[in-house]
Amino acid sequence: MAGSDAQSRSVLIWVCEGTWRASVDAGLSLAPAGARFTLLHVTPAEVADAAHGAYLGLFGRGHGVGRDPGARLDELAAASAGDLLARAAGRLGHDCEKLEIHGHAERAVVAASARADLLVMARDGDRARLGPKSLGKAARFVVDHAACPVLLVWPEPAPDIATIPPPPHAGG
Amino acid sequence: MALVAVLAWAVIRPRGWPEAVVAVPAAVILIAAGAIGGSGAVTEARQLGPVIGFLAAILVLAHLCDDDGLFQACGAWMARTGTSHPRAAGARRLLAQVFVIASVTTAVLSLDATVVLLTPVVFATASRLDVRAKPQVYACTHLANSASLLLPVSNLTNLLAFAASGLAFGRFAALMALPWLAVIGTEYAVFTRFFAADLSVRPRPDPDRRENDTGLPVFTLAVLALTLAGFAGASAAGVNPAWAACAGAAVLAVRALARRRVAPAALVRAADLPFLLFVLGLGIVVKAVVSNGLGAALAPLLPGGTSLPALLATAALAATLANACNNLPAVLVLLPLAAPSGAGAVLAVLLGVNIGPNLSYTGSLATLLWRRILRRHGSAPDLGEFTRLGLLTVPAGLLVAVLALWVSLHGIGG
Repeated sequence: MAGSDAQSRSVLIWVCEGTWRASVDAGLSLAPAGARFTLLHVTPAEVADAAHGAYLGLFGRGHGVGRDPGARLDELAAASAGDLLARAAGRLGHDCEKLEIHGHAERAVVAASARADLLVMARDGDRARLGPKSLGKAARFVVDHAACPVLLVWPEPAPDIATIPPPPHAGG
Repeated sequence: MALVAVLAWAVIRPRGWPEAVVAVPAAVILIAAGAIGGSGAVTEARQLGPVIGFLAAILVLAHLCDDDGLFQACGAWMARTGTSHPRAAGARRLLAQVFVIASVTTAVLSLDATVVLLTPVVFATASRLDVRAKPQVYACTHLANSASLLLPVSNLTNLLAFAASGLAFGRFAALMALPWLAVIGTEYAVFTRFFAADLSVRPRPDPDRRENDTGLPVFTLAVLALTLAGFAGASAAGVNPAWAACAGAAVLAVRALARRRVAPAALVRAADLPFLLFVLGLGIVVKAVVSNGLGAALAPLLPGGTSLPALLATAALAATLANACNNLPAVLVLLPLAAPSGAGAVLAVLLGVNIGPNLSYTGSLATLLWRRILRRHGSAPDLGEFTRLGLLTVPAGLLVAVLALWVSLHGIGG
């Protein structure tokens, strides 16, 4: 079975909101036969922290209206991450391990890449202007620091080769 | 000492005890020790009483709106329009909707409603649309502060300043409308650039997931609209607009009680009596401290008049004080000093204490430091990104808001 074969390659797929379908599809079509799949989702801790901080800023005034939105966001985020991983696993259609991490997205992905033979991720960032800054901060960090080969996929069809800018003029 | 003890208790809150546990005895001790005369305390309590009642009515109103599904309906609207235009600008469109809803919610139902009631709905909507929640949630926490300029009911600081300024409800709103719009515009411009990478992800909601659309709570919206009209009408007629808030809350409460949608105990909890006592105690303590030296020490720092440089300096001082501890004590300290310079100076203080807290994500350095000590998730939260966002929005927001206020004061007259 998958997982028991020491020869099988381990493929880590980083699933993110909005772009996970492209990552899963690329993993399915390009991973070597018999690969073991791991789906990874990271919930950024700072989102719930920001809501908790705003609640503290009310100086106690929020108690009457409701409870700490930070705790509520933590619950919602856990449910949402579980749901996303389940849908990604359904699309993958293979046995897979599901990893759900709460913390710093790019660092968590790099740490997980140490145990993988291939990392599949979708690019984010402003793709309207392609260039050095067109990768988002998290994606850029992972591409720079991942401990295994990275398969970087487009969330939408890749742009036509005709869209690259003309070469700079040769000095004359 | 008394003020430090009261504020330290409110920041630390040992065992989750209410803030009032120290504030009220501290006020009693200061009165007994003669730091503030009995009549002075009574005057302060008389001035704070209606403000506190107003706040309680708004808290109950927000709670009842939530019970009637108002915020759920907002979430459903955002999700529906997000799905019906799949090729539209995507996550940016959702961000624009969040900006509109968070700004209006903050203005009408106060920042407490945005932080506690709206933020979870916005997060859930973002997950449902399969977009990243971070820009949307940060927008809620930012707008809870910076979009709380428009109406006296938008923020407790405004209610306190409103009572001190002697402005009518409609005039307050007219003077603050331009600063309100200017700050929201500044925030939006910064957010769309700062979060360009997160916002480039298009919403891809799963067609299999059906919305449980609750429909718009028309009755509640109508009562809210009438309450808003009542604020302006009552104020113009010389009646305290707090009564309009009470009337609006009473109508919704009677309906909810009759339908057994809410228990009487929940309504009492929503009014948050311990917090109201805390405000009263804090007000008396601050009054004693200001009249025993702090006022004289701060007075030279506060410029008189309502020239543009004076307004800028006032707002900057208010923002600094609000960041040092919290904007509630800051506004209590600054109001008596700014009031003699006129309504313009009071409103500049509000710009500072309302926009300033976005610089540190707990609204004050004191709370932030205490949180660093506590370390909630075992590791200190990553504050770099939030602080960078604050550094980009707060100084710019303060500047455009003060300029807008100055224009309003000249156009409408202070």
